[in-house]
Amino acid sequence: MARITAGLTTTHVPALGVAIDFGKTQEPYWKPVFDGYEWTKQWAAAEPPDVVILVYNDHASAFSLQMIPTFALGCAEQFQPADEGYGARPVPVVQGNADFAAHLAQSLILDEFDLTLMNELDVDHGLTVPLSLVYGQPQAWPVQVIPLAVNVVQYPAPTGHRCLSLGRAIRRAVESYEHDLTVQVWGTGGMSHQIQGQRAGLINPVFDNAYFDRLVADPDDLATMPHLEYLREAGSEGIELVMWLIMRGAMGDDVEELRRFYHVPASNTAVGHLVLQPVAASST
Amino acid sequence: MVDNSALDDIPGTTIFTAKKSQQGYHLNQFCTSLMKEANRERFKADQRAYLDEWPMTEAQKQAVIDRDFNALLALGGNIYFLSKIFATDGLSYVQAVSTMTGMSVADYQAMMLAGGRSPDGWRSVKERAAAGLESHDNATAESTEVGTADSTEES
Repeated sequence: MARITAGLTTTHVPALGVAIDFGKTQEPYWKPVFDGYEWTKQWAAAEPPDVVILVYNDHASAFSLQMIPTFALGCAEQFQPADEGYGARPVPVVQGNADFAAHLAQSLILDEFDLTLMNELDVDHGLTVPLSLVYGQPQAWPVQVIPLAVNVVQYPAPTGHRCLSLGRAIRRAVESYEHDLTVQVWGTGGMSHQIQGQRAGLINPVFDNAYFDRLVADPDDLATMPHLEYLREAGSEGIELVMWLIMRGAMGDDVEELRRFYHVPASNTAVGHLVLQPVAASST
Repeated sequence: MVDNSALDDIPGTTIFTAKKSQQGYHLNQFCTSLMKEANRERFKADQRAYLDEWPMTEAQKQAVIDRDFNALLALGGNIYFLSKIFATDGLSYVQAVSTMTGMSVADYQAMMLAGGRSPDGWRSVKERAAAGLESHDNATAESTEVGTADSTEES
């Protein structure tokens, strides 16, 4: 039986990928950010899971406005890094797990989550920057990855409650897979940031720190937060934080917090990072 | 009828609703085309000729040429699509984003290093008006367009 062993959340700012790709991680501006991930890199190297279900948002890379799926699951054998306008990042091709993805797709749709299924999907910085932050610059990624792309580009994103519920359904789906697999779920994006308009540059550490606390301790309460509050308090792009609730739902009711890191700024964004481990062994 | 008046009350912010998506469809699809190197080269060689291949409004085309990102937001552009334009120009998010704030890149970067823009005073257009702060919005171009009558932003 497959099982969820851990979850993490992380910011996925594109400039972090640039800093890694061009060897700038030890420069004074970037060093505090990358130092904040050192604990996680050690932890991740010690016990890589078989598969990461990586929740992220596409940034107008794979999805134009022609089609705007709310939840899209990557079911392909592999996923190419996208050319976002600067040329593709020099990172390994992302290897999927098509059999497990097909199982997840079927389980989740029969569990009433009407996913869009992707047999081709180029993955942008939203997915590859978290892999770089956790695994550095290997020749090949040490884990298989199943991308779960969430629309947060066109309003409205799915509600926090819907995201938390999907995470719980993912836990049920993972635990009904017959093969032995260790699985992590990652929720990416955030924390507070706004990259458009005259209010750009907004950072709200009070909101962000409360978000950490509520995500860990009382996700059902956090899931009631309306979109307006995210937009007003965490910036128009801070709405990405709803994706963290998918990760949280997949952890079950009780979690142990292994790691927390917060830093301002990375480019226009507050960096936020958590590593969580489920306490209960069974599904909720 | 969907009431988005609360979204419109966030100062200096354009929420990319389905209506904005319809308004900016061809503008944003043009941006998507810049993800291909061959298209970036053609665009850089003759911007006007490249833009004329797209059924965009003249205001949208001119705002692209002017790199007026606040105007582009008001005309239905979305920042993640618009990023393909400044990526083509070789600019980072910080460099491009700062142009929307009325600050120099250096001042904007200094603000970010000092902890970013506090949300205090930036939560509501009404709150800003009551506090006697300058009204910031992106509505200059928006106010002339069909289908955006729900905007309460001042221009």
